[in-house]
Amino acid sequence: MYDAGKVILGIVVFLALVTFPLWYNLAGDASVAAPDLEKAEGTQCVEDAEWMRGHHMDLLDDWRDEVVRDGERYFVGPDGQRMEKSLSNTCLSCHVNKDKFCDRCHNYMSVDPYCWDCHVIPKEVM
Amino acid sequence: MLEKAFVGDKKYWAWVISLMAVIGVATLFYLRQYSEGLGVTGLGRDVTWGFYIAQFTFLVGVAASAVMVVLPYYLHDYKAFAKITILGEFLAISAVTMCMTFIFVDMGQPFRIVNVFLYPSPTSMMFWDTVSLSGYMVLNIIISHVTLGAEKQGMAPPKWIKPVIILSIPWAVSIHTVTAFLYAGLGARPFWMTAILAPRFLASAFAAGPALLILFCLILRKVTKFDAGREPVQTLAKIVTYAMAVNVFFVLMEVFTAVYSGIPEHLEHFKFMFLGLEGSSMMAPWMWVSSILAVVSLILLLNPKARRNESWLVMACIAVFLSLWIDKGMALIVTGFVPSVLGAVPTYVPTVTELMISLGIYALGLLMVTVLYKIALSVRGQWETKRIIESQRSPVKAGS
Amino acid sequence: MGIDRRKFFKVSGLTALGLAGGSVSKVFSRETPYGDSVQTRTWGTEPPKGPLTAQRWAMVIDLRKCHEQPDCNDCVAACHSTHNVPDWGNPKDEVKWIWKESFEHAFHDQEHPYQQESLKYLPALVLCNHCDNPPCVRVCPTGATWKRDKDGIVMMDWHRCIGCRYCVVACPYGSRSFNWRDPRPKIQKIEPDFPTRSRGVVEKCTFCEERLARGMLPACVEACKYGAMHFGDLEDADSNVRKLLSERYTIRRKPGLGTNPEVYYIV
Repeated sequence: MYDAGKVILGIVVFLALVTFPLWYNLAGDASVAAPDLEKAEGTQCVEDAEWMRGHHMDLLDDWRDEVVRDGERYFVGPDGQRMEKSLSNTCLSCHVNKDKFCDRCHNYMSVDPYCWDCHVIPKEVM
Repeated sequence: MLEKAFVGDKKYWAWVISLMAVIGVATLFYLRQYSEGLGVTGLGRDVTWGFYIAQFTFLVGVAASAVMVVLPYYLHDYKAFAKITILGEFLAISAVTMCMTFIFVDMGQPFRIVNVFLYPSPTSMMFWDTVSLSGYMVLNIIISHVTLGAEKQGMAPPKWIKPVIILSIPWAVSIHTVTAFLYAGLGARPFWMTAILAPRFLASAFAAGPALLILFCLILRKVTKFDAGREPVQTLAKIVTYAMAVNVFFVLMEVFTAVYSGIPEHLEHFKFMFLGLEGSSMMAPWMWVSSILAVVSLILLLNPKARRNESWLVMACIAVFLSLWIDKGMALIVTGFVPSVLGAVPTYVPTVTELMISLGIYALGLLMVTVLYKIALSVRGQWETKRIIESQRSPVKAGS
Repeated sequence: MGIDRRKFFKVSGLTALGLAGGSVSKVFSRETPYGDSVQTRTWGTEPPKGPLTAQRWAMVIDLRKCHEQPDCNDCVAACHSTHNVPDWGNPKDEVKWIWKESFEHAFHDQEHPYQQESLKYLPALVLCNHCDNPPCVRVCPTGATWKRDKDGIVMMDWHRCIGCRYCVVACPYGSRSFNWRDPRPKIQKIEPDFPTRSRGVVEKCTFCEERLARGMLPACVEACKYGAMHFGDLEDADSNVRKLLSERYTIRRKPGLGTNPEVYYIV
């Protein structure tokens, strides 16, 4: 191999740079405490909290297709109550504080959903 | 083979870096368009497609025109094109890349473009255009890679590549036909709703593309050791001549149908294009320049003496290219919107942002052509610029 | 965490009962977790107040009544405020769902220089025609716009639209608008019951399908004090629109294109 030394050095430097965040986190205590989310106003959610935590985005994704594309706007919640499949009107009626619920966790997870580009936050409009 | 693109003399690097600089500046303009929306362009409610889509349309033609070297060489075993077939294929790859980039920058939601594949809609000509353009791109990459690779090894290309090449011939025709179908099937736009649109697209493509290829061959002869030779250039010139004559003939047929029938919704578009409509005559000067260039180029090309003289030929090729660029890259798309479906006469002038982004995409295309041609010619050992050859001959001169 | 233990058990217990399946499977598969629940629960389509349904929605606009009220703009204002349509104040960026267009422009294959004064100078209301054979739907490369099977409404999915504007180019009526910039700053008062749009998507009238689902007539029809707008089922021989169409002389915009528009005009 030509320039074996340089090549190996290059690989080492590359690996060091790529794995830097891992080492950095291991060295210092970079972990951030899970955010404290505000309690919902209602008594229960449309699914259990554990499932919602991991899958609310799938649920919302399916809701939007069912509402927009199939015209199926209503569902029956766990307590037999008929509810509208609506982010602004149903979800946010219990989770009244978007900042302290949606945003807090989305910031923690570093995700940036574009729901709010269009969907209205009722509190802000009022 | 890509490593050949990374070694070059100062001139090569200066050219590459200046193209990259243009691309960089254009990227900044695009970022502005991305964050503010397409409102930063001159487009609006009435003229909804403009400069970007027009460039796309023109460049699909340039891409398709590679077939004009591929077909004679592979189907008719026309040996004179042996040296330049790869140049045609590499031009096609660069042109298709430009087409795709122009489509990308024209999208309101560019990162949702995958939806075209997630929810394929066979009734939409745009779906088929996406399919045919990406297919053409893949075909040309495979063909050029395999044939150039074989050439590098000094061997004949593998047999299986022949049917792929044959397939690329009708495929080239299909990309421009489907692109014409984008426009020709719309009852809302009488200007485009003409059965001759696809044939006209092909004729103008087979004139503008080979004209560009002639210019590239002559530039390469000037700046590198590569010489395409006289015969292929002259054959290309004949192809340009026939295609340009057919294109002008087709355009005149369009004009006759609209003018003689006198049906307003057809006639008004031509009035706007050549005379101006309700005081809006922004397109007329361009169209007259385009028409004059077309006539001048035909006079030069149809005259064998002028055509055989390479200085005149260069003039004729530039005239053909500019004439067709104005016709397709400016007038054809915008005129479809004037008058609008509601009979209004909107004005559309591309903004600086729009023009800079377009310039950047052309720079990207030129960069690809440069790099790909560099690879092709380096494989053949024909890249070294004349300056280097000369400096090797007379070292004293190079030192001064 | 945002939910206390008692509540959590209550909710999860109910969910487990309702699903007759494990919540374990929910975590692992995207299909089963609430795909199952769709079947075990009664997911209704009928709202609290019965929806307005039809086999083929259509509209009849009485232009003579409009012409008696030249200053009236109620339908346009109602539609645009209901649907958060921005007001750009310039023709380039303009977004509109329903608007007044001169007769000459709206029906430019049916006008002549000696027409009644009222037709010549007074505008006609124009909106999406919800064509039976819509060219916009044919050209859409992603299915972001489609004709609904159940009632013929030409729908828009603003989540899917890529903003290619092919539908705008294909529509012979100029009924579609593109969001050239972010519309939010230009909406005077945001209506919380309806989403706004993001920049880079196409929008148009949807015959108020969201209001029909809640048992309400389209906002423009409801807002019209003069009975100029009629909305009903074209497939129902006894409907208001069929009655008007059989009794009155009506015209449609650009009928020669074969799009079969479902907005009719009494002139």
